Amino acid sequence: MSKTITLDGKIIPFEEGQTIMDAAMAAGIYIPHLCHQPEFTPHGSCKLCTVNVNGRNCSACTFPAMEGQEVLSETKELINDRRRITQMLFVEGNHLCPGCEKSGNCQLQAVGYHLNMLDSHFPHFYPDRKVDASHSDVMIDQSRCILCTLCVRASQQEDGKSVFAVSGRGINKHLIFNAQSGLLKDTDLEAADRAAHICPTGAIIIKRTGYRVPIGQRVYDHQEIDQVSLASSLAVETEHLEHGE
Amino acid sequence: MREFIQSVAENSQYQATHLLQILRQIQYRYHYIPHEAIEQLSALLNISRTQIISVVEFYSFFHLAPRGQYELLISDSITDHMLGKKELIDHLAKKLNVAIGEVRGDGVVSLDNTSCTGMCDQGPAGLVNGYALTRLDHAAIDKIAELVNQQKPLDEWPAELFQVDDNVYKSGLLLNQQIEQGSALRSTIKRGITETLWEIDKSGLRGRGGAGFKTAMKWQFCSEEQQPERYVVCNADEGEPGTFKDKVLLNSYADQVFEGMAICAAIIGAKQGFVYLRGEYLHLHDKLQSILDQRRQNGLLGNNILNAGLDFDIEIHLGAGAYICGEESALIESLEGKPGIPRNRPPYPVTHGYLGKPTVVNNVETFLAAASIAVNGGDWFAAIGTEKSKGTKILSISGDCARPGIYEYPFGITVRTILNDCGADDVLGVQVGGPSGTFISDQEFDRKLAFEDLATGGSFIIFNSSRNILDAVHNFTHFFAHESCGFCTPCRVGTSLLKKQIDKIVDGHGASGDIVALEELCRLVKNYSHCGLGQTAANPIITTLERYLDLYEKQLKDISFEPGFDLDGALETARRLANRDDVGAHLAQTVATGSVPAATFPPSMDGVSAGDCREQSWPPSLADGERT
Repeated sequence: MSKTITLDGKIIPFEEGQTIMDAAMAAGIYIPHLCHQPEFTPHGSCKLCTVNVNGRNCSACTFPAMEGQEVLSETKELINDRRRITQMLFVEGNHLCPGCEKSGNCQLQAVGYHLNMLDSHFPHFYPDRKVDASHSDVMIDQSRCILCTLCVRASQQEDGKSVFAVSGRGINKHLIFNAQSGLLKDTDLEAADRAAHICPTGAIIIKRTGYRVPIGQRVYDHQEIDQVSLASSLAVETEHLEHGE
Repeated sequence: MREFIQSVAENSQYQATHLLQILRQIQYRYHYIPHEAIEQLSALLNISRTQIISVVEFYSFFHLAPRGQYELLISDSITDHMLGKKELIDHLAKKLNVAIGEVRGDGVVSLDNTSCTGMCDQGPAGLVNGYALTRLDHAAIDKIAELVNQQKPLDEWPAELFQVDDNVYKSGLLLNQQIEQGSALRSTIKRGITETLWEIDKSGLRGRGGAGFKTAMKWQFCSEEQQPERYVVCNADEGEPGTFKDKVLLNSYADQVFEGMAICAAIIGAKQGFVYLRGEYLHLHDKLQSILDQRRQNGLLGNNILNAGLDFDIEIHLGAGAYICGEESALIESLEGKPGIPRNRPPYPVTHGYLGKPTVVNNVETFLAAASIAVNGGDWFAAIGTEKSKGTKILSISGDCARPGIYEYPFGITVRTILNDCGADDVLGVQVGGPSGTFISDQEFDRKLAFEDLATGGSFIIFNSSRNILDAVHNFTHFFAHESCGFCTPCRVGTSLLKKQIDKIVDGHGASGDIVALEELCRLVKNYSHCGLGQTAANPIITTLERYLDLYEKQLKDISFEPGFDLDGALETARRLANRDDVGAHLAQTVATGSVPAATFPPSMDGVSAGDCREQSWPPSLADGERT
């Protein structure tokens, strides 16, 4: 008999060592998230995946699943508050979807749609953040960075490099690049690196590819992020199975 | 520079965990962390340059760009403000001819604000090159300006500028009977280590940092871990504005605190301990080192303590200006030489702490109490206090009272008794437990200090009826935004949004919907933040909104909406360019009841005939403009 938790009234199984997010994904249940990707060590910073576990708020991506947990996710309050947290991310940076080449492939935008976000609600910060276009193939616009650290983790955990880090404190947090000059061109980042492709927003983009896929045919143009997310986690799982992991 | 950095790294045995200690020495010597130093350290310590940069940019006392040879910081705590800080820093800026936040052109001096330096009973306070300055007044400011302009070395500055007093006004169980050096360890060995844990359990001692976890339980959990390598950490990162009792305990009772750590080490089986001393208490560092040396000489620290086969030593780590490091997992990150970002829990430090090993983190006062309990037994301690809060609590009292300082009381004491003792009258309210605690009004002075009523880490700031509560709320809210580590969205963005929203209301730009917006924001920050900082950052607003809604409402304009955008402020550059400052060069953006509008928002259509208006909407769409 495998162990189980209850998620929004549904009993789902989990294995020892799985987080609530792992268990939910395996059961085909989507919990909104931005800083999480099943392949990398969970970070727990965006707080979109906050669920209520036995009356307490926890990040589903980091909190271990434990026998008998009563987990609430799709409550009215949590959905509304996730929308507010998404709006915080929107006003903190400069997310101008119509002028962004990531539009339609952007997870931040897709989560916004999924949560029925119709305005930014909070006053915009309009931060003055840097663009680094020094690299021949990759460009970074920190205006669109949501500090999820997926690039940091992908570079370390998959590319075997350490190109990115998050520096600064509080609202002044920002990405830095591992080069003496501090410029992206002097790091060992290559366009084929996983880190160059993992950004959930348009902060890290590959040069000269922006409009290869026309608007209208992009990932989230016809599918909501919950479907895409579950399908991709399934694909990762299948791949792991094929490699005998 | 190369040689200096080489020697500093060598003295730290090239350990990356010593990164903050190394950077502190570089900052002290060069008044910034030069680029070359980062490159050199990266090679010497075998860590990435990005780790070093992220540490430099995280802690307030490190800088990538040069600060002055005299780095002057003035404490920005509400208690400093109550003692006239604003006027003093302006005076200092004028005397030194340097803007606040800037370095003077000749590079001699820089001036800035800093979070509470823990001198609330002897403020206004500051720091010069890390060393505490107290009781600043006009004469002291003039003297400092003169010394800086003469470029007098710090050791030639008059000692009274740096004088730090204990100001103990009321001693109880702990402060009355300082134990003899070594007596707690001897009692522990004599009684037996497990038996001593029982005594601590019997005493009912709970963590004195504020959260109140049972000390004996924490130590027992740690002792039961599989992993043999364990650590004891003393949290002396007393950063909660209005708290300064740990500074006094370390100044006058350090031996007993170290002894408490040694007993903990014996119980949990740790060989290494750390005191994480907040950077603001640099003035205590050398004294603490010499007490540690003395203990080593007396066989109370080091190998085979008291010939009982116990090995334990203590190292002091200084912080570098980050309130968040008072959170235990952030403190551990900082001890490891990283930015102080709270970890995801579980696992908890007691199973995965310093370097991933089982670690007990306790407050200075907890270790002090544990040492006393080891000598006097659990019953002695448990006889005092309330049912759920045994023993005494040491308070840091500041603000509007005749005798600000240190007071030790049995738990269960009423706020009213404390106010009488410290000479406070005409009291409007008290901030109990610092900004992250609770503001209580004059209707609640019969409430008791105890975990079951008003839990506190010891901060007790008194406000008399001449004070404006919103000034305190404003100060505290800015404090949290400044100190947020930035890890999670609700705290990083939310504390900055709270700051904007409070500024809007305090500056008189709030409209009726703004209180509702503020309440919603408070709820989001409180319920969704990653750690205690974010979860309590809205407390100053929440606790005062509950009690003084009318004060907030008085600030509001009698309109349903006002934009956060300051239309008139945005015209400032244009006014300067046009060299105009007449009435016509200003725009008021709202019509407040009772005031005469200079202009309205949306702009009124005065002078435009009704016929012209009919087709117009606000904002005018661009497309319409293009068609014409």
